[in-house]
Amino acid sequence: MIKFLTKGILRDRSRSLFPVIVVTLTVAMIVLFQGFLTGIMNSMFLNSAVVSTGHVKIMTKAYHEENQLLPNDLALLDTEKLVQELNREHTDYFWTPRITFGGLLDVPDENGETQAQGPVYALGIDFLSPDSRQIEIWKLERRLVTGKLPENAKEVLLGAKLAGRLGLSCGETVTLIGSTMYNAFTTYNFTVVGTFKLNLGPVDRHMMLVDISGARQALDMENAASEILGYTNSLYYEDQAAVAMRTEYNINHNDSTDIFSPIMMALRDANQMGTMVDFSNAAMAIMLVIFLVIVMIVLWNMGLMNGLRRYGEIGMRLAIGESKGQVYRSMIVESVIIGFIGTVIGTAMGLGITYYMQEVGLDYSAAMESLSSTDIIMSNVFYAQITPELYFIGFIPGVLATVLGTMMAGRAIYKREMAQLFKELET
Amino acid sequence: MNKILIFILSYSFVIGQSEGMTVQDIIKAMDNNLNAKSRVITSKMVVHGRRFSRTIESRNWVVGINQAFTEYLSPPREAGTKMLKLDDKLWTYSPQTDRVIQISGHMLRQSVMGSDMSYNDMMEDRPLIELYEATLEGSVKIDGRDHWIMLLEAKVKGLSYPKRRAWIDKEYLLPMKEELYAKSGKLLKTSTMDGIKKVQGRWFPSRFIFKDALKRNSKGTEWVIEDIQFDVEIPEHIFLKAALRK
Repeated sequence: MIKFLTKGILRDRSRSLFPVIVVTLTVAMIVLFQGFLTGIMNSMFLNSAVVSTGHVKIMTKAYHEENQLLPNDLALLDTEKLVQELNREHTDYFWTPRITFGGLLDVPDENGETQAQGPVYALGIDFLSPDSRQIEIWKLERRLVTGKLPENAKEVLLGAKLAGRLGLSCGETVTLIGSTMYNAFTTYNFTVVGTFKLNLGPVDRHMMLVDISGARQALDMENAASEILGYTNSLYYEDQAAVAMRTEYNINHNDSTDIFSPIMMALRDANQMGTMVDFSNAAMAIMLVIFLVIVMIVLWNMGLMNGLRRYGEIGMRLAIGESKGQVYRSMIVESVIIGFIGTVIGTAMGLGITYYMQEVGLDYSAAMESLSSTDIIMSNVFYAQITPELYFIGFIPGVLATVLGTMMAGRAIYKREMAQLFKELET
Repeated sequence: MNKILIFILSYSFVIGQSEGMTVQDIIKAMDNNLNAKSRVITSKMVVHGRRFSRTIESRNWVVGINQAFTEYLSPPREAGTKMLKLDDKLWTYSPQTDRVIQISGHMLRQSVMGSDMSYNDMMEDRPLIELYEATLEGSVKIDGRDHWIMLLEAKVKGLSYPKRRAWIDKEYLLPMKEELYAKSGKLLKTSTMDGIKKVQGRWFPSRFIFKDALKRNSKGTEWVIEDIQFDVEIPEHIFLKAALRK
């Protein structure tokens, strides 16, 4: 039966070509749109996670309350033990300490006098531990503009714009002027070994990256950290799992009397990320429903036109003894085959374009430059992302809409009067 | 209410007068007690942070109001750090970086060694009489001792504390307690002093307690004077920038 119908579809191009084109284009659009939205959202989540929020992060309650002020006097202590515990208890995540601090970078002239000075937003990141994945998740090798990656505590990377503004190049010494964990004034010399460009809008302007050991020396924070960040091993943010872990952790570590007890935050708890997570989920669901309805209406209309075109054929089949149900069912099977063919071609086409967008991306640098907010960290280049679900997501609207459209159009079969058939066929 | 206030003010003024001192005399006397031609101080600063307390020892050489040199003696991380103030300029030297850095602009608002004092506090040591217009607000007894309450309002622009209220001990002629306000009237800092001793003919406290009112849960900073000598000869070379690196 299926073989017979498939032959019919292939031989009668007018019966299959238009529906297949509609399904193909629709499915390709769905796949591309979904891939692009997933890419933008995942890239935004990952960028935020890498730069500031982690997929989850732990800090003291007191630090959390004043986190906008980067209050390192309220930092987590004994972080080595904390990280070990977290690695043991939550094996699907990897954990890393982080120190976030601000200050001034002072560039000396040949006499050691101030030549240039500028504000700096610095991150002490665990780059140098043997099993650290920080270089990988920061994509630093790709983002390096000049120089090399830090190899010891005294070496730093500067944002290319910051380095340019201060007139610094690789090999030069800069002095960090800041505050220690005890709020004491501190100065510390670093050597610039490279510059980087994160393409993350406003974040790039004042950023300095240093190994956490260097930050600890500069800020007198031995075995302390502003926060401990956790990332899923796959680097995909799974909101429900992260929220469940955060809730459980906070229940287990709840101590209302100790402002220095640890508290866990999920990515959605930071800035406006929760809204973004919800928006992402809702946008994808709405998009699928809209596409499903549109395609269904188009195919319904097409089915009606097809019904008119195939009026004689259906009449003949009924006249030679096929039941209305048999005809109706055969048309549905036909639509499943058409939907399937269209979906396969559309998925392949959509995946192809998505892959291209994944590799090349859309450059929004100019628009991002004008942003002054650093609350939401967004990439200057939007990339699509191919995920496993893209391979099957088109089948839902592609096949379902074709079948539903045919089912609605096919109702006309039941309206044919058997007594009229031969009369109609004679004419 | 206004009448009561006017009465209190008039009464206080009369009291002030009755003890033979005008408001100007009181301020001058305070300035004389706190300032000197020169002084050498060995002190320790106990900074009570929200989590830890730290003690920082230092030695200061001060000549008049324009020259001051500080060397930090402990803890080890701070030892060897030096600070030089010449007129309205302030430099700091840290042996770890071997850099002399001028502290200016917004950095002057930063805390000194994590304490409740800012570099601006260190810079503004001109006599009160040159900076403020004073009004006596009344008298009060604190711990059995008579005090004047004096409101000081800036008569020059650009001061860190345009308004301050002082509780002045009538015998010691020292501001035993002070509240330092912003122009808006917001309380920025409080300071108290105790352990008053007679040193070379003047009353001088052996402990100051500063508290930054803007720091939440601040436990304050104690500045304990371990040794002080007034009007001693201080060699000029101490106040050279080159002395910072020595």
